[in-house]
Amino acid sequence: MKRLDRDAMAARVARDIPEGAYVNLGIGLPTRVADFLPIDREVILQSENGLIGMGPAPAKGEEDPELINAGKQPVTLLAGGAYFHHADSFAMMRGGHIDICVLGAYQVSVHGDLANWHTGAPGAIPAVGGAMDLAIGAKRTFVMMDLLTRDGQSKLVESCSYPLTGLACVSRVYTDHGVFNVGPGGASVVDMIDGLTLEDLQELTGVPLRLDVDAG
Amino acid sequence: MIDKSVTSVRDAVADIADGASVMIGGFGTAGMPDELIDALIDRGVGGLTIINNNAGNGEAGVAALIKAGRVRKIICSFPRQHDSHHFDARFRAGEIELELVPQGNLAARIQAAGAGLGAIFTPTGYGTLLAEGKETRRIDGRDYVLEYPIHADFALIKAHCADRWGNLVYRKTARNFGPIMAMAARTAIAQVTQIVPLGAIDPETVVTPGVFVQRVVAVGPANARAAA
Repeated sequence: MKRLDRDAMAARVARDIPEGAYVNLGIGLPTRVADFLPIDREVILQSENGLIGMGPAPAKGEEDPELINAGKQPVTLLAGGAYFHHADSFAMMRGGHIDICVLGAYQVSVHGDLANWHTGAPGAIPAVGGAMDLAIGAKRTFVMMDLLTRDGQSKLVESCSYPLTGLACVSRVYTDHGVFNVGPGGASVVDMIDGLTLEDLQELTGVPLRLDVDAG
Repeated sequence: MIDKSVTSVRDAVADIADGASVMIGGFGTAGMPDELIDALIDRGVGGLTIINNNAGNGEAGVAALIKAGRVRKIICSFPRQHDSHHFDARFRAGEIELELVPQGNLAARIQAAGAGLGAIFTPTGYGTLLAEGKETRRIDGRDYVLEYPIHADFALIKAHCADRWGNLVYRKTARNFGPIMAMAARTAIAQVTQIVPLGAIDPETVVTPGVFVQRVVAVGPANARAAA
């Protein structure tokens, strides 16, 4: 059994993003998905800080401190792209104009609840940013995360123990062990890496799982 | 004749007093009005309530204001970052109050203030810690949280270009909170790279109409500080 590395996970997410989609990629790991979108597929990336039609990082020396992404890294704008203010940016999310957003997570419940902004640990300074708006605003919210914590706890859970970001907002979870659908009917396995069985995943996660027969 | 231009950043912030609420534009350092903030620090006022997306990055802008001990409370969405050490230290020492607001709610509450709305119902944050104790309502089968507008005495923002009526155009992602903060504050002050003659800005491209702006001040090349 060989778990997917970060690039393979990003490539797997990219496979499910269709031509014509308006997409917001969260900061951190999800940003990597952009590198795996095929050149011949027109996908429009939105960034919460006020741009749509976001392009790749600029060449060295071409960085503009006033052209950055949500992670505050320098980016470029593609032909056809646009700038706008923050109220419009979040109207795009909350108003259901963004087809897919991809976020990282501490935990996702089998019903699609998301926890990704605060560990609740004493002394931790919380920061929420746009996570709560993105989670509940996009038509579909994908999560991209390792299935297990470093000490082997499942991050796909029956019910989140960390403070919630949004209720019943996640539809699909991409992990290093496989892909899951989550929602009102619970969790199902869309695909899993070679060498794993449904029973293995069940044991690793400790949550009820079934095979998703409809998943393509 | 209406002339909203002032000759120096010092004059632009001369009536900001102790305890004022001040919206400050910017997302990270993009759109941060560093020169206006420096002038505010030089004025020596304190006990400020600051509304910004972050709680300072590095050493300049909001970070410098916090470092100087002038901020009593900050309303923001994303305080903790790799370079928010000045905020982190003051927060851990109990010297600064934090109101954490989801970014879209921050924008919507600021915009609501500028638009004269009494409150908004937002789906963001429903069922989370950040909505605890707040009124909720189910509308057409969806759950919303009641959130109130955020007003401020002043807004300090950075735009690219202005005229003497206060019309503004911005540059790239430095726009971010500028237009809505200009609407929401009683006195909106914009620092710009250039003040151009009336009529030089194509009216089709004006982003913030001058009615929302009270003062403009020119501060030289747009990227001089941000690039530093």
